[in-house]
Amino acid sequence: MDIQVVKVGIVSCSGEEIPEGTLCRLACRQALDERPGETVTICLPLFIAGGEEERTFAQNYPTITVDGCDKMCAAKATEMLSGKPSKSLSIPEILKKHGLKPPTKLRHFGAEEDAAVKVVAEEIARAVDEVLEEA
Amino acid sequence: MGKKPKQVVVLPCSGIGKVYGAVARETAYELVEKMRPGLATLTCLPLLVINDPEAVALVTENPVITIDGCPKDCAKKSVEAVGGRVAKAYEAIRFYKQHKDLKPEGIAEVNETGRKLAQVAAAEIAQEVDKLAAGEGE
Repeated sequence: MDIQVVKVGIVSCSGEEIPEGTLCRLACRQALDERPGETVTICLPLFIAGGEEERTFAQNYPTITVDGCDKMCAAKATEMLSGKPSKSLSIPEILKKHGLKPPTKLRHFGAEEDAAVKVVAEEIARAVDEVLEEA
Repeated sequence: MGKKPKQVVVLPCSGIGKVYGAVARETAYELVEKMRPGLATLTCLPLLVINDPEAVALVTENPVITIDGCPKDCAKKSVEAVGGRVAKAYEAIRFYKQHKDLKPEGIAEVNETGRKLAQVAAAEIAQEVDKLAAGEGE
């Protein structure tokens, strides 16, 4: 019997201009590091800068996008250039749900921001579990 | 009359998987926050991927410096894909090759040595920012 191991793709907006983009990047990285056998990622701009392999990412993996603002670049770019994401998460919505303040720093996060990173990473991990259950 | 300084867009890659992506990001923040605040400016690279009109205008109307974390050159290619002209393109690893005593570590965030490397890189790129802001090198 073949056992197919499904990996979930995580696409982070990682927006450089906003603190939520840094939070997004760190939380996605944490989720990836904690679930190495079940997750895979791609740098978002590779949908444009990469080749065929990168552009078929969302066709090859059920994908979760994580965005730092309401422009939803990761969700839009993934759908436009690769394939429809299975789930789209929003940092502002996750922070609001948990009663957390948005970060104000672009880098060198402290304890308060790290706590938010942990919460977002846990939400991503939950989404990974849900996608894997549906796969 | 002197020429009014332009803004210079500094665009690091959005790398999430390699140490030099983190170095590129740290270098851009060092420039924008500490070395050339008000002159060097950032935008989100993913905004170019979705053709956001404001971000596209920023990189087509101002000189752009890209700092990429790997040879795939996402930042440079993303600017070019929306019709922007990259005035100067860097790969972050170049700064390590020039400063082998500053070996960066960390993927999510660089360690203290990586931060020092980013400061060195930003100091070099700041000279290019000044030239571009003065209308030289275009």
